[in-house]
Amino acid sequence: MNSILGYLHSNVTPGEAGNLFWVAVYVLLVFAGVSFGVMFMNWFERKVMAHMQVRVGPMRVGPHGLLQPIADALKLIIKEDLMPANADKIVFWFAPVCVVMTAFCSFIVVPFGRTHAITDMNIGVLFMLGVSSLGVLGVIMAGWASNSHYPLMGSLRSGAQMVSYEVAMCMTVVSAVMMTSMATGTGTMSMIGIVQAQLQQHTWFAFSFFPVGFTALGVFAIAMVAETNRAPFDLPEAESELVAGFLTEYSGFRWSLFFLAEYTGMMAVSSIATTLWLGGWLRPFPNWLGGRNWDLAFSLVPGLTFLLLASFCFFFYNRMPRIRAMRANAIGLAAFGAVIAIVGIVLLLPGVRERIQDIYWFTLKVGFFMYLYVWGRTTFPRYRFDQLMSIGWKVLFPISLAVVILTALIGVRQELFALVWR
Amino acid sequence: MSDNQFYESFEELQQSHPDLDSKELVLNMGPQHPSTHGVLRIILKLDGEKVNGLECVIGYLHRGIEKIAESRTWTQFAPFVDRLDYTAAVANNLGYCLTVEKLLGVEVPKRAQYIRVILTELARLASHQVWLGTHVLDIGAVTPLFYAFRDRETILNVFEKYCGARLTTHSFRIGGCRWDAYEGFSSEVLRICDDLLPKIDEYKNLITGNRIWLQRTKNVGCISAEDCLSFGITGPVLRGSGVAWDLRKAQPYSSYEDFEFDVPIGSAGDTFDRYVVRVEEMRQSIRIIRQAVEGLPEGPIIARVPKVIKPPVGEVYLSTEAPKGELGYFMVSDGTPQPYRLRVRPPSFINLQALEKMSKGGLVADVVAIIGTLDIVLGEVDR
Repeated sequence: MNSILGYLHSNVTPGEAGNLFWVAVYVLLVFAGVSFGVMFMNWFERKVMAHMQVRVGPMRVGPHGLLQPIADALKLIIKEDLMPANADKIVFWFAPVCVVMTAFCSFIVVPFGRTHAITDMNIGVLFMLGVSSLGVLGVIMAGWASNSHYPLMGSLRSGAQMVSYEVAMCMTVVSAVMMTSMATGTGTMSMIGIVQAQLQQHTWFAFSFFPVGFTALGVFAIAMVAETNRAPFDLPEAESELVAGFLTEYSGFRWSLFFLAEYTGMMAVSSIATTLWLGGWLRPFPNWLGGRNWDLAFSLVPGLTFLLLASFCFFFYNRMPRIRAMRANAIGLAAFGAVIAIVGIVLLLPGVRERIQDIYWFTLKVGFFMYLYVWGRTTFPRYRFDQLMSIGWKVLFPISLAVVILTALIGVRQELFALVWR
Repeated sequence: MSDNQFYESFEELQQSHPDLDSKELVLNMGPQHPSTHGVLRIILKLDGEKVNGLECVIGYLHRGIEKIAESRTWTQFAPFVDRLDYTAAVANNLGYCLTVEKLLGVEVPKRAQYIRVILTELARLASHQVWLGTHVLDIGAVTPLFYAFRDRETILNVFEKYCGARLTTHSFRIGGCRWDAYEGFSSEVLRICDDLLPKIDEYKNLITGNRIWLQRTKNVGCISAEDCLSFGITGPVLRGSGVAWDLRKAQPYSSYEDFEFDVPIGSAGDTFDRYVVRVEEMRQSIRIIRQAVEGLPEGPIIARVPKVIKPPVGEVYLSTEAPKGELGYFMVSDGTPQPYRLRVRPPSFINLQALEKMSKGGLVADVVAIIGTLDIVLGEVDR
């Protein structure tokens, strides 16, 4: 009991403290949070795409279609579990498991805040890249086990694509890791360490060594879209060519596992980008709007955001026509608003707000990348396979190499300056 | 021969390694496939992603329309041609009515001719919008589809107000039109023209300058003017290869000689040129519609034709410029109320021949782009 309550006053992650109880709680929280995020993203993507495409998107299930992901998940789960007669049964079964496992595993080291991570590893970034790239195994397994041509071609494309973009991705990560050594002289690969380095250097790495950091972020952002097989690099599941790529033979619950893994993977790589270049859980403008008062003001933002969302809900509740058919929807919207309002008020309480605001800023930044994903999907046509490869190897890879070299050169020069100045 | 040599072709690999258990990957694309535009089946022979050859299998939508014609009267058969190219039913109707009128020797009143031109050009716009949306969707951009279909809706509304149907309109009759332009027809059509021009610019902004779009379409599915001519390819595909052949200019029908318009042509004969040609054709259609609406003459809308149409014994061929290309009808009459033989020359069917030539040596993704750029409609290919 003592260890359980005592942890609340500690300043480290549960993994570092070796507190198994809190590790278990955090694992559950992260799992639930990420799953909820996937469901939200499902709704959000459809809504944003719909509004960009002069449609309204899901509107029927729940107010403004908010419950649509739940309805879809339910439908997928109760669907008949189909397996092709000539499929490799074990591999076919294991592929979705593998994909989901690797996607969720990478969240072990994602720091939602200084103490809000399951654990902190000294090779955190490496672990994340390694685990998240294992997902390609599941995709290849799925393509092979389906014993069909479309999935096979999809998985081959996926394998080649993931391997090539991994290279550029890792190079840019190297540049960010090198930047961590600037103030202290010792670099770190720990996810928490990287954010703390940005705190100490009073900058986000996207803005240090301008434009090197920014270019690194850009290359990473492009590579991560390709890595997660999303448009315009969604060749492995290119609908107009390969029907559904490696997913062609999957349906029902297995298919939903791939879906879950895809969105989880998107969030995982977005959190790498956030941690490495956008200051992780740090709030925006720490230098320009610094000081105790601004700290207080920024810590109120999460609660106020929720209250704003709640007021939107109440506003639209008021505008809903008072007719029988809309009654359930109206009550639902009002109830949803009430829940959000309560959450918002809780978030405003002192003691809660300091701890929660880290998670809020982190989620907001990840959400920014998720929005970019959706935006890109509605905007771009799809690349052809050879063009995709040539971009990966002939454009992104040289740029990322240049970024690494430039980071090193600028870094060394600044160190030299510092020496001479002394 | 060393093992790590890069093989130029699949055949070379097979020759140098006869023991290698390697086969071409035969991929059956369709008839149920998202981007074969209906029930086209393509048997792809692949070397990895590269297309070594392909074979089109058609007939999944065969309804025997030409045979049906022999057991229907000339009037009864008219609605059937709506089901050929269902994205531009009006254009099929025009071709059919014109051919029967030629067989009968009927002179169509000027007003009817103008109404026919307006509706046919509106159908061309609608057809090109369907093409644009689906072609861009095949190449992976989802959004323009909805924009194109949103604007097509306004055109379909005009059809609905004119004749009650939106898709399979059966809008014309032998000898003229069944209905006169409804009240407010001119102003509505002119408003559509005014609205559509900026919309076409919008499509252009969404698509044309996009680097990915350029990479996907430039130098993809090239076909030379000579090949086009020897295949008998017509329509925007032919004009994309640089041949300024448009039946509306070359052998004007239904008063097309009264209107001023240009025939846009491409130069390289690739997918991008055909895209540019079609988008430019939409602008030209708007030009024609404006002139026709502004010069719409008064008068009767249908010529005097007998109740039971019994054309004189003889045969006739007439072709019109449908949105997809040259749509021809060959009719043989034995003097009875029914056609003795009716043959349709569908542009899609003849343009589809070029698919193998255009996509050989390309990648799988190119095949999809080329099917889109040929703008085929399976209702017309199979009949």
